[in-house]
Amino acid sequence: MIFAAGETVRVKNAWPEASGPVHIRTPHYVRGVVGEVVRRLGEFPNPEELAFGRPAERLPLYHVRFRKDAIWPEPKPDDELLIEIFGHWLERP
Amino acid sequence: MNILETDGERLLSAVRSLLDKKGIVSTAEVQERMAVTDAASPGQGARMVARAWVDPVYRASMLEDGSKAAEALGIPMRGMPPLGVLENTAEVHNLVVCTLCSCYPRAVLGYPPFWYKSAAFRARAVRDPRSLLAAEWKTVIPESVKVRVVDSTADYRWMVLPARPSGTEGWDEARLAGIVREGDMIGVTVPRA
Repeated sequence: MIFAAGETVRVKNAWPEASGPVHIRTPHYVRGVVGEVVRRLGEFPNPEELAFGRPAERLPLYHVRFRKDAIWPEPKPDDELLIEIFGHWLERP
Repeated sequence: MNILETDGERLLSAVRSLLDKKGIVSTAEVQERMAVTDAASPGQGARMVARAWVDPVYRASMLEDGSKAAEALGIPMRGMPPLGVLENTAEVHNLVVCTLCSCYPRAVLGYPPFWYKSAAFRARAVRDPRSLLAAEWKTVIPESVKVRVVDSTADYRWMVLPARPSGTEGWDEARLAGIVREGDMIGVTVPRA
C-alpha cells in the first residue's frame, strides 16, 4: 500500500515480538495510534529481515506525525511526535 | 571454540585480515573510515548551522537534503545514513531522540553524549519533553511554541537547525559557529549570543 503526504494512517496494532525473536523499528507506544503522513523518506531494506541476514526487500519509509495527546494523556494537544514508520506497518483507519 | 570467549583483539585482527585477503574491505579503507569517524564532531554540525544562518540558499538546501548540505562543506557522508534537518522556528521546537537504540547524526555531530543513550532520556523525551528540557537543561519552551519530538527510529538521522539568537547581528560565520553547541543541534538547549 502506498500512502500520500497528508494522508491519515493508523499504525498496525501488531505485536510480532510476542511470537518469537524479531527486530522491529516501530516503537511500541505508537502501535494502534492514528497519525498523518508528512512525507515519504525513500525506500530502505526491511530491517526486520536485514537484522537476521535474510534477503531484505526495499520498503517505503514514511515520516508520520502523531498528536502527542493521541499517545499520552498530558493536556498539551499542540505538541507532536514525528516518527519514521515503514509502509508495511501502516493501514488506512 | 566459543567465539564469545575469544580474545577480542585477536578476533578483530583475524577478521580484518580475512576481509582484506578476500578483497571485501581493505586495510586502507578501514583506516580511512577510522579517520572520518575521528574527525566527526559537533564542530562539523556547527559549521552547517552557521552557514545556514548567513546564507538563505544554503539554509534551504540543508532543509531539503542534509547529506548534500554536509558534503557541500566537505563533511564526508559516503556510507553514512541519509541526514535530515529540522528547523526550529517561532512556532516549533524540535527535540531528537532514539527510543529504540541510539541512532544519532554521527557524521555531523560525532559520538553522542553519554545521556543520549540512557533509558531515562529516551523515555522522558517522548513522554514529557517540556518537563525534561526544563528540569535537566533549564530550557523552557514557551507555551506558544509547539514541541515536536523526533523519534529517530529507522534509516534516517536527524539534526536540528536552531534559530539564530538575537545579539549576533553582523557576526561572521566562524564566530557564529563558535556559539553552536552539541545540545543545540539535538534540541535540548538553544544557542545564546
